[in-house]
Amino acid sequence: MIKIKDIEKSFGEKVVLKGITSTFHRGKTNLIIGRSGAGKTVLLKILVGLFQPNKGEVWYDDQSFFQLSKKEARQLRMKIGMLFQGGALFDSWNVEENIRFPLDMYTEMSYTEKRERVKEVLKKVELTGVENKYPSELSGGMQKRVGIARAIVLNPQYLFCDEPNSGLDPKTAIVIDQLILDITQQYDITTVINTHDMNSVMEIGDNILLLKDGCVAWQGNKDEILTSEDPTIIEFIFASPFLKRLRKKALGL
Amino acid sequence: MINTIAYKLFYQLGQWVLWMRQVFSKPEKINVYWRETIRQMNDLGVGSLPVVFIISIFFGAVTTVQFYYQISGTFVPNYYIGYIVRDMTIIELAPTFTCMLLAGKVGSNIAAEIGGMRQKEIIDAMDVMGVNTAAFLVLPRLIAAVFMIPLLVILAAAISILGGYFASVWGNLFTVSEFIQGLHSFFIPYNVFIMLVKAFTFAFLLTTISAYQGYFVKSGSIELGKASTNAVVLSDVAILVADYIIALVMT
Ligand SMILES: Nc1ncnc2c1ncn2[C@@H]1O[C@H](COP(=O)(O)OP(=O)(O)OP(=O)(O)O)[C@@H](O)[C@H]1O
Ligand SMILES: [Mg+2]
Repeated sequence: MIKIKDIEKSFGEKVVLKGITSTFHRGKTNLIIGRSGAGKTVLLKILVGLFQPNKGEVWYDDQSFFQLSKKEARQLRMKIGMLFQGGALFDSWNVEENIRFPLDMYTEMSYTEKRERVKEVLKKVELTGVENKYPSELSGGMQKRVGIARAIVLNPQYLFCDEPNSGLDPKTAIVIDQLILDITQQYDITTVINTHDMNSVMEIGDNILLLKDGCVAWQGNKDEILTSEDPTIIEFIFASPFLKRLRKKALGL
Repeated sequence: MINTIAYKLFYQLGQWVLWMRQVFSKPEKINVYWRETIRQMNDLGVGSLPVVFIISIFFGAVTTVQFYYQISGTFVPNYYIGYIVRDMTIIELAPTFTCMLLAGKVGSNIAAEIGGMRQKEIIDAMDVMGVNTAAFLVLPRLIAAVFMIPLLVILAAAISILGGYFASVWGNLFTVSEFIQGLHSFFIPYNVFIMLVKAFTFAFLLTTISAYQGYFVKSGSIELGKASTNAVVLSDVAILVADYIIALVMT
């Protein structure tokens, strides 16, 4: 479980987040949604410590993220996996070297054990026989899957994904979503996902946080969206007239 | 105007110093760093051989021909050409020109490579894993450079002198024995030491400056291009300034 309290962030004059308080649950896919520029990436980067907030607290279970000693921070980092929008793979390393990197850095495993582990996670993301390929030889969806494999290779307890299915066709996007959901439930991970893909929201939205104007505009789960009367979330999810009509039909209005 | 430029300069310098401290912190895992270092040595050393070879052989040849042109018809004996070519090559041409050449080749490459990693969030990804990215990206390249570049400079000096030898043989400018006599005359081993000090210093400067430009690049391909250009220009300026300081201090 991750708790954030009163997070504020601005870049110079520009205020991006104005006091965000929320909880992300364990074993659940927690979604941060909002329009482009709403501050989703900034919030995610604050959660993993890539940005320093101007104010506020981040709690990983019972540890306050900004008050850890160097050693504690290092240990916590080993429990964090993150998937970046473009995969963020090393171009000059092949798939196996990319996935093995966290193992090389943080474990005392033997070479054979590491290779086994790499095979295992590749199987998990439904990729096999690509160990010796370079990122440039893979499609965008495959790179994302390698990114996921690298993110989960150390068995993380916290998984962060920045727009995991942007730039993918709807079918591949669903496969990726399902994969993240499976991993989250199977290993009981706290997963936080940034997205503006409405399919993801309705498929895997266990806990949804809508950011608007630097504040939390709405919070709930995917079933509550359908019946919600809150104009902000309705306006955001059912953005097109077609979806609006569909919603009315479904609710019998 | 002057104020803002001075402010920027000192800001950058301060950031560079702080960043260098991060670069020189203890590596997390020696063998991962070692693997990278070997790779970089290969890229940098072997990759730069052809260009260093070609440039050096012509430099030596041109210097020899030019000196012959200046000296012929004067009372300066011909064998002086061998002597002057040797010393100029060792003290100045080999270290300075080779390193300026490498700033263009290796420096721009380092800036573009590390800058690309910043822009594609690869550095962020490693930061999240808890890797000391400044150290991991810079130390292997730096070690490779301060080891390989002096070797390349020694090679450049030798090839330059060889270039001079060929120019005198094929050009029939003067006799080979005169050139060789010149090479043997007034040899001061200390000059070789100066050459190595220069090569080492320049290697350090061009690697750290170029890596710094890449590490702090902003987003966008225009910025990446700028970082790459800045890496070369700033490295060249730093090399020339350092060249001057070393010349003052050591001779
Ligand atoms: N490093 C930075 N420096 C200055 N401003 C920034 C920085 N990063 C983000 N911003 C600003 O913060 C705001 C929120 O950006 P953010 O990337 O979080 O949006 P987002 O919700 O992720 O959008 P998208 O869906 O397009 O990815 C933007 O207005 C952006 O200009
Ligand atoms: Mg974003």
